[in-house]
Amino acid sequence: MKTFAELGFPGRLIAVEGLDGSGKSTQIYLLKRWLELRGLKVFFSEWNSSELVKSATSKGKKMTLLTPTTFSLIHATDFADRYERQLVPLLRAGYLVLCDRYIFTAFARDVVRTCPPEWVRGLYSFAALPDMTFFFRADLEVSLNRILDGRPELKYFEAGMDMGFSTDPYESFRIFQGRMLEQYLAMSREFSFNVINANETVETQQAILRKLVADRIDLPNYDFKKA
Amino acid sequence: MATTPRKAKRLAAAPRTPEVIIPKPTPKRFYGEGIPGVDEEKLRGKLIVVEGADGSGRSTQIAQLVQWLEGSGHATVQVGLKRSSLVSEELEKAQQGNILSRTTLSLFYATDFADQVENIMLPALKAGFMVLADRYIYTLMARDIVRGMDETWLKNLYGIALVPDAVFYLNISPEQLVQRNFAKNKALDYWESGMDLGLSRDMFDSFLKYQALMALQFKRLQSVYGFEMVDADRSTEDVNADLRRKIESVLAGR
Repeated sequence: MKTFAELGFPGRLIAVEGLDGSGKSTQIYLLKRWLELRGLKVFFSEWNSSELVKSATSKGKKMTLLTPTTFSLIHATDFADRYERQLVPLLRAGYLVLCDRYIFTAFARDVVRTCPPEWVRGLYSFAALPDMTFFFRADLEVSLNRILDGRPELKYFEAGMDMGFSTDPYESFRIFQGRMLEQYLAMSREFSFNVINANETVETQQAILRKLVADRIDLPNYDFKKA
Repeated sequence: MATTPRKAKRLAAAPRTPEVIIPKPTPKRFYGEGIPGVDEEKLRGKLIVVEGADGSGRSTQIAQLVQWLEGSGHATVQVGLKRSSLVSEELEKAQQGNILSRTTLSLFYATDFADQVENIMLPALKAGFMVLADRYIYTLMARDIVRGMDETWLKNLYGIALVPDAVFYLNISPEQLVQRNFAKNKALDYWESGMDLGLSRDMFDSFLKYQALMALQFKRLQSVYGFEMVDADRSTEDVNADLRRKIESVLAGR
């Protein structure tokens, strides 16, 4: 697998990964603001599904029709849609694309959900690797509390209730997130994650992020005026 | 008592003796990694796949096979493409709007397939049913290969599919295919004509070119997966007699 830079794309893709509640969305938002205010061609991409895929996914979730295999496939469909319709065209057009979650979320989640790792990796092999990946590593208890304090109602699949970890949604969620963290850590070296200590202050993390991005990416190249 | 043609057909479909043949179980396996948590040993039923282009007579043949199998005391269930409760509606809409790009559409079809594997095929095979599949992963793979998708990627994707007990490919000449398509639909189908590929702006021309490309891929896949080629230019009855004979030997575990 190659990065977008290695494949000769003019754009660069920066991905953030981490558990729910690790603060990654705040960090990528601040990174986007910084790049924007510098007048660079930047685009923020979330996991926004097309209506069609969304309709099937929500039906499947509502009716708990999904097995690990179909859960994995429907999310891969969703990702492919985002990849082909949004990410690739932007990267061809020379944008800095910031992704809140990328293929590593699927690698970790689907493997925890018992899918064979090689199969899952194969599914996503059409996607290029990010040019930079930030992994926000927080203590499991910290991220759990951030989620569990603010949003007491856990969704069925979100809590991994179909996996039979526990009949208590909170306990199930804890086990699920704990295993996700193990998977992320196991991938960290293989995919050269830039590990950010998410227990630090927002500002400390952001300063590290901005420095790493400025060091690794030739930012003036992405100036609107230059294009 | 005079025998009406319909009655004659019914009699032909019924077994000669009241004896019901117990199918001999044969080991099942997946093409690749398979579905998590499935014990292949417990899949006692038989999986029979009928492949072929649109208009090759697949559904007619399957309907007659169901009659015959049920008449012989076997429980049957049917699967096919775009029939899952999970995504079939959305898939239909996606095709009509032609809005999804190729990897997305390919994965959407795989989702539809996987849903049927888990919710229909595996439970039925466990219960000892005869599962008749109107098309299978070979059609999905051939369509995608013609559209330039990577074959290794497709093989991994469809590692979730069971190896069938028999695969029959209804082979039909392009001339016959055109005739039958017009007889069936009065017009050529956009996707079956491969119009998305831009082979030709003329639909008839595109249909012939696309079906030739598909036939080529099927021929190649046949050498990999070993389907039985069945000459479908013959009468429905002749083709069906041929299929029954072959399925009988599948039931006998040969």
